[in-house]
Order: sequence, then structure tokens, then C-alpha cells
Amino acid sequence: MKTRNRELLIGGIVIAAALVFLIINATRSNTQYFKTVEEVLALQEAASKHTYRVSGAVIGESIRVDPDAETVNFTIAHVPASMDDVEQMGGLAAVLHQAVEDPDSPTLDISYKGTMPDLLQDEAQAIVTGTIGEDGIFVAEELLLKCPSKYESELPYTG
Amino acid sequence: MLKDLGYASTLTAFLVSLYSITAAAVGKKQKRADWIESARRGLQLLFPLISVAVGALLLLILGDHFEIAYVYSVSSLELPVYLKAAALWGGQEGSLLFWVWCMAAFTSAAVRRHRFEINFQAVFVLITASTLAFFLLIVTFFDNPFDSLWQLADGSTAAAFLQPSFSLPVIPANGQGMNPLLRHPGMIFHPPMQYLGFVSYVIPFGFAMAALITGQVDNRWIRLSRKWSLAAWLFLSLGLVLGARWAYDVLGWGGYWGWDPVETAALMPWLTGTAFLHSIYVQEKRAMLRRWNFVLITLTYLLVLFGTFISRSGIISSVHAFASSTVAILFFGFISLTAVFVLLMLYRHWNELSSENAVQSLLSREVLFLLNNAVFTGIALVCLWGVLFPVISETFTGQKVTVGPSYYESATGPLWVVVLLLMGIAPLTVFFRTSVSRLRTMILFPAAGSAVVLAILLLSGMRSAAALIGFTVLAFTTLVTLAEFWRSIHIRLSRGETIPQALKRTFSRNRRRYGGYLIHLGIILMAVGILGIELFQQDTQQTLKPGETLALGRYIVRYDDISFYETSGGIQQAKAEVTVSTNSRSAGVYLPRRDYYPSWGQSVTVPAIRSTLQDDLYIRLIDWGETKAEGVTLKLYLNPLFNFLWLGTGVLVLGTLAAAGPLFGRKEEKGKEPHACVSTD
Repeated sequence: MKTRNRELLIGGIVIAAALVFLIINATRSNTQYFKTVEEVLALQEAASKHTYRVSGAVIGESIRVDPDAETVNFTIAHVPASMDDVEQMGGLAAVLHQAVEDPDSPTLDISYKGTMPDLLQDEAQAIVTGTIGEDGIFVAEELLLKCPSKYESELPYTG
Repeated sequence: MLKDLGYASTLTAFLVSLYSITAAAVGKKQKRADWIESARRGLQLLFPLISVAVGALLLLILGDHFEIAYVYSVSSLELPVYLKAAALWGGQEGSLLFWVWCMAAFTSAAVRRHRFEINFQAVFVLITASTLAFFLLIVTFFDNPFDSLWQLADGSTAAAFLQPSFSLPVIPANGQGMNPLLRHPGMIFHPPMQYLGFVSYVIPFGFAMAALITGQVDNRWIRLSRKWSLAAWLFLSLGLVLGARWAYDVLGWGGYWGWDPVETAALMPWLTGTAFLHSIYVQEKRAMLRRWNFVLITLTYLLVLFGTFISRSGIISSVHAFASSTVAILFFGFISLTAVFVLLMLYRHWNELSSENAVQSLLSREVLFLLNNAVFTGIALVCLWGVLFPVISETFTGQKVTVGPSYYESATGPLWVVVLLLMGIAPLTVFFRTSVSRLRTMILFPAAGSAVVLAILLLSGMRSAAALIGFTVLAFTTLVTLAEFWRSIHIRLSRGETIPQALKRTFSRNRRRYGGYLIHLGIILMAVGILGIELFQQDTQQTLKPGETLALGRYIVRYDDISFYETSGGIQQAKAEVTVSTNSRSAGVYLPRRDYYPSWGQSVTVPAIRSTLQDDLYIRLIDWGETKAEGVTLKLYLNPLFNFLWLGTGVLVLGTLAAAGPLFGRKEEKGKEPHACVSTD
């Protein structure tokens, strides 16, 4: 009986080791650093070395679709990273609105290869994943969008 | 009036749940059966109480009572009735109330259906009542669906149940309405099914903890949990599949699963739940893996709570998540408390759970099931790591880092292959010890068959390693599973039974085994669909003038016309007309369109999909000119074999129903022990 248990234990260790290896390997090749627009701009050329995930507010009037090249170009404005800051500034919708309205907020140009998503509109929260090119344009491989009014209950403005 | 009735119901329900907890605890301590019975009755009372609240909220929505903050945020005048009904779970507060309602229904049914030994009942009531009390606490005092809108003295608006001082009631003429992306039949089916799947796991969890605490750790709690866990698993599976179908239909990116944190968090309990279903079989046959079973079911339940926490707390960014709210801290506290409680109980009773039997041979069914547990748990851990990574990295390095979908794909890919392989090898083994010669004989045919499949694929030009491995393993497992059916049917046919008789009796003689094999066949079909779309999807995009065509795979799509409508609800539609043909024969006219909702500034792409077993042709209308002559831009996706995913789901459902047997089974099969934990007096 003892040999059986030992064999099982060894088997278990092997499986656990394989699992750890799989996880570490996959993590290393797929990590995306989460940055704000400000932080990416500050990195400048260093930013072209890694894949980054940047979150920002979409500036509606900057959206340009190029159907033949299958790309969508738009600009995002800086949005604070921490939820606490966002809450203090009045909630996500307000923060996105402020970011778009403020002419001084740092912006980043995005070029996304793909079709124009339905959610891409003014003041939407965009999370782009990709790298920044030499020309300063962020080439996005992935574009996630969240409409602020989707699940947050917005109270009607009165008066 | 309705809002008062609704709130009174949830408040009463909350108080009753507190009573049940107290009565059960006191009754167990003092060994008073009458207290415990009273606690049970309190628990049963929760369902009718919460039903009143749900009914009230539903009536408020259907009656367009926009002075109620929740109704204002999820509904509007122009929504069709079926979407207004679905708005019940469209927002945070309503979905929590719905969740609690489902949970009350299940716990009520559980205590009604089974007669428990009295201590077992006390603990079960205690645990389920505590869970219900927590969620009722949130619904009654924090995320209250019955709050009204008030205009405060400074002109701002607030939501509260009781009128704040110096405020006036606000009665908006129309609500915000439902986000256009949610206005789809999927809204009716996916959320409720998903919630049912989550919520129903509280029952086997309750059974497990009651068994652990009262020391009844033998197979009785397993037999009790069997049908409940199967039902929970079915609901969860369907919830996930419905979500995938909805995403495919609506989001327009030709995909069905994004490894979004909330999606992944819903997958994790499914993984451990699947392992649990398999593992309890071993406990019943060999009285082994008892510790695994307790760990698996408690882990499944904790993952359910964790999933709820993620989608409602805002700590992880996701397109699914509800807004962050104060309940995040409460949820975190509740999950931590539950986890600590579970760990304590497991620690205390760990030694009671040691197996009566030991592994005799590595080449036995028990060991394969053990491996199965390990692999499924491993996949769940990979997912957990992926979901928690941003939080962990931010805590330790100050830098938030996420992992993309390819993390999940590369880390879980090999593990899924192992799972599918196990599905094919396990039926060839027996408990105790499988002889190598027996294994050799039984593996010969399926191995040969899959080698033939591999050869055919190679000859046809397929070179993708993932596809070759995937399809070969699937072929192997299919052959093994079909051979199992054949073995039984073959004998019956030779005894003179007809085919329908043979089939029926095969299933009725051993429901779990053959129902399980049918479920496996369903999974294989689903895997075929997933391999098809993941490895062989093609896409193309082009701007076409009228009469021009675009080719993709075996299809040719010709743009004919475009028209513009405005529906009575104010939705602006651009509808293109395209003719699809394959092999120079027309396959029909399709109408991909784009709906624009002016009040939301939101457009929704409605793709046209041509579905056959061979593939899906998915047509998206991207852009258009003012007139028909200016042309349109179309994006096409070709998704080979994708409909096997839905076909496989159907087979999975059939298999689950076959495995479960009579839903309200009165008579046990002959020769089995009486129903678990029955009161002896």
C-alpha cells in the first residue's frame, strides 16, 4: 500500500509542477501592463517594448473609420486609474465626460485594426491593448469598450 | 402602495431568515426538535414572502412606475412587454432580488422534499438561512429595488426609500430604458439560467456542510446531493452556452467567448462542479475520494460567491460588471467568513474523512477519476490566476497587470486535451485493477479508428498541430463511447429485442452510466464546434456597389439593395439585402442590418447568419452610403463546424435528463438503500 501512495504522491507532484509551469509560461508571454494615458505618454520610447493595456475616454469627434484598410482611428483622453479617484470625482460617467471636455487632458491616438464596434462612441470607456509605435500612435490589437450608462444607474437630471 | 408591499416583504423575509438562523442554532444546541422544525418552517416561508416582492417589482415595471429609481434605470415606455419582464433582472438591485428568490425556491423545495435526521436539518437550515439572510440584507438595506426618486433642496436627485427632508417626489415621464445591446431574446434566457445555475449549488453545499458537521460523512449526503448537483450543473452549463450564443448573435465580432473576467468567473464553478459530479461516483462505488468531494463542492460554492462578488464589486474591470457599490465590502466579508468557516470545519473533521479503501493499482478507474479531479481543478486554478492577476500584481508591485485571452488558451489548451483523453480511456478501465491485456484488447479498435481519422486529415492537407491532435483525440473518445453503447445494444439485439427496446433498456438499466456517456458525446460535439471556429475561422471585408460580389470559402455574397426604416419605437434601421450563393446555386437572400437608437446614441449590429452543419456564414453590415448606388461595406466571417456547439448542447441536455431519471423519483431502484438521512421516527 505504501508504494501506491508514494506513486500517487509523485504523480501529484508531477501534475502540480506541470500546472505551475503552464501558468508561469502563459503568464509571461501574455502579460499586459495596465497604464493610464498619462503613464504611457511619460514612458515615450520605452513603451514600444511591451504590450500595454491603456484605459481612456473616447473623444467622439476623433473617430475615423477606414473601411478598406479595416482600421478605426480615434483618440482617447486620460482617465484616472484608481476607482477611489473616480468615485471622488463624481463617478465614472462624470469622469469620462470631464476627460473629453477638458482641452488640457493628455490624449493618445489609437489605431485599431478591425471593424468599428457598436460601443465606440463619445465618452465611452475604452480599454485598448497593444503597443505604441515610433510615431506615437498606439496600435491596438484588442479594443474593449464599456458604455458608462450600461449598468450604473443614472439619476435623471432635474431642474 | 406596491413599493411599500414589496419592501415590507423583503424586510419581513430578512427578519424571518434571522429567526430561522437563531431557532436552528438554539435548537441544535439545546437539542430541541421543535425549535429546529420551527426554523425549517421559517425557511420555507421565505419563498412566498420574496415572491410577493418580486411580483410587486414586476408590476411596478410593467406599470411604468418611473418614480421608482430601479424602474427608471432599466425600463422605458417603448420597451416590449417581454423586455420589461426581463428588466426585472436587468440591473443590480433587481437581479439581486431575483437571485434571492431563486435561492429561496430551491431551499424551500429541498426542505420539503427530503425528511432529514434532525441534526442534519438544523445545520442545513442554519447554512441556507444564513446565505439568504446575507443577500436579503443587501437587498433590504443597501441595494433596494424599491427606492424612489426625490429631488433634494439643492436641485440634485437622490434615490431613497423614505422621503428625505426638504425634498420633493420626482415622477419622470419616461425611463432610461434598457441598453439596446440587451434588447434581445437572450436577455430573457441567459441571466435567469445563469443565476439558477449559481444559486442551486447552495443546496449540495448545505448538504455537504450538514454532513460534515453532524459527522454523517458516509454516502448518504452524496446520494442526497446527486440530483441537485446534476440539476445545478445543467443550469450552469446552459447559462454559459446561452451567454455564448447571445454574444455571437449580438456583439458582431463573430466570436462567442472573450475570457472576460466575469465569464471566466462563471466557468470556474462549472469546472469544479463537473469534477464533483464525477468524483462522487467513485465515493459511491469505492468509498474513496471523500475529502476531494467535500473540497470540490465547497470550492464550487465559494467560486459561485466569488463570481457574484466580481461582477458586482467593480474591483475587476469587465464589460459585464455592474457598478461598484458599497456592497463590495460586504460581499468580501461574507465570502471570507464562509471560506474561513468551511476551512475550519474541514480541518476539524479531516481525519473522519479518510478512505476505507486504498488504491490497489495505478491502472484503475479510481486513479483516472483522481486524475480527472486534478485536471479540472488545475484548469480552474489557471482561470483563477488569470482573473486575480491584476489584483495580485497591483497589491504587490503597485502596477496593475492583466493577462489576455491567449493566456487562458495556451495554459488551458493542453489540459482540455487531457480531459478529452481521459473521457476516452476511463470507460476502458475498471475499479480495483485493470489488466493490461484487457486494456490492450479494448483500446485496439478505437486507437486504430482514430489513427485512420488522423491519416485522413493529414491526407486532406490539414497541418495545424492543434487541429490534428484535437480531432484525433475526439475521434478516439467518440469511438470508445459509441463502443460502450454498442456493447449493450448488441447483446440485447442478439437476445431478440428491437432497436428502440434495446436503446431504452440500455438507459434504464444504468441511467448514470449511459446518460453520462450521452453527455460525453454532447461534449465531443461541442468540442468539434469549438475547434472548427477557433482554428479555421476565415474573414474578409469589402465595400461593394450594387451587383458586386465578395467571396469567402465556398460562399459568394452579392450586394443587392439597402433600405432605411424607422420603427414605431423610434429605432432607425439600415437594412441591406444580399444574395448568398454556394456552388453557383442561390442559397437565399439575407438581411444584415444596423439599428440605431437615437435616445441612447447607440447602434446595434444585427448580423445575418446562414447556419448549416458544415459552417456558419456570418454577415455584418459595417458601413453604407446615402443611396443604394453608393454601396455598402460588408464584413463576412466563415465559421466552420460552429453549429456543432449548439447541437452538442442539445445532446448534453438529453444526456443529463437521461442520467437524472425521473425528476421527482418516488421509488428508488430496487436493491438500493433507502433515501438518505431519513428521520427514523
